[in-house]
Amino acid sequence: MTNADWPLWEVFVRSRRGLAHTHAGSLHAPDAEMALRNARDLYTRRSEGVSIWVVPSTAVTASSPDEKDPFFEPAADKPYRHPTFYEIPEGVRHL
Amino acid sequence: MTTMAPDTGAQDTAGYEAVFDAAVAAEERIEPRDWMPDAYRATLVRQIAQHAHSEIIGMQPEANWITRAPSLRRKAILMAKVQDEAGHGLYLYSAAETLGTGRDELLDKLHSGRQKYSSIFNYPTLTWADVGAIGWLVDGAAITNQVPLCRCSYGPYARAMVRICKEESFHQRQGYELLLALSRGTEAQHAMAQDAVNRWWWPSLMMFGPPDAESSHSAQSMAWKIKRHSNDELRQRFVDICVPQAASLGLTLPDPDLRWNEERGQHDFGAIDWTEFQEVLRGNGPCNDQRIGQRRRAHEEGAWVREAAAAYAAKHGKATA
Repeated sequence: MTNADWPLWEVFVRSRRGLAHTHAGSLHAPDAEMALRNARDLYTRRSEGVSIWVVPSTAVTASSPDEKDPFFEPAADKPYRHPTFYEIPEGVRHL
Repeated sequence: MTTMAPDTGAQDTAGYEAVFDAAVAAEERIEPRDWMPDAYRATLVRQIAQHAHSEIIGMQPEANWITRAPSLRRKAILMAKVQDEAGHGLYLYSAAETLGTGRDELLDKLHSGRQKYSSIFNYPTLTWADVGAIGWLVDGAAITNQVPLCRCSYGPYARAMVRICKEESFHQRQGYELLLALSRGTEAQHAMAQDAVNRWWWPSLMMFGPPDAESSHSAQSMAWKIKRHSNDELRQRFVDICVPQAASLGLTLPDPDLRWNEERGQHDFGAIDWTEFQEVLRGNGPCNDQRIGQRRRAHEEGAWVREAAAAYAAKHGKATA
């Protein structure tokens, strides 16, 4: 296995407790353990994280990149899912 | 995601091109799996690769001084900076990889001279003051170039640049502080600082690339919003920033024609020796062979580490992909 065969890993970092892990970037490593170590050195040199996940890039299933994709269409015509859709008389409070 | 195969092979290229153009015009970002013109992809790979190569070659002139830093404080700072440069290279190689060009291929092209790195790193670091001049001027010029790249139309490149710019700020400030300490030191230290600035000033101005009239890639890159400002515009901005900073340092910039132009509201400055730039670019700079030689050697001498890590992963069956 040469460097070229090292799998690609996606790195997710939790910046502090109470926040979700967010995608920080990607890196190559021969195994999960090295991926974690490399991720620490690459993405948390300035204490940017308290927790790291590494996920093999091949394990990610993605939707189509096309934002006009019919996949997202069901949500497009339902403004009544938003609170601003509703008209409330002035003066009504706590609503 | 970062490295999905781009959706190509579409017959309706014109339709895809219209979507791409509209996204760029609307200041939206292009992401890895979006359709993009081949030339856009090639331009980005060329630029990001050159940028990544510059980061890792740029480790050499400064690493040259790690063992001779004058104090533990300065040594720790310099090590952190050189480590950052390695990190910046990796962010950028990752960004290039999202365009379908593997890291090994890029390193091969660097090692064989088919891809370039910034010619600034072909100048030697002769004294300790050079470490300061690199931080102040070379990193300063890099920041001037790179801040607009945070708004580059290609998402992964723009995101990498956001991280890099945040980290570069420390690089520039440590350099400035280092020069200030020398400038306010003994007469010999002051002279050393002035000498470093004298040698690094002009090469730093060359970092912005050829004048607009002769810059071969500029117009198209601007249209694609990869580039936001012209070479000359950024160079002028850098000069205007540096003049008062030099005054605060108590050092002079080595240009007799440098003066404030009231009418333009900017500084006029002397002509740049583009023959020198072309010569260094052609491989005739003071350190071209040394830099590439060192890079190849480091790669070859690190082979056993890569092999050991791969063997360990194979033995323990932890490589999941």
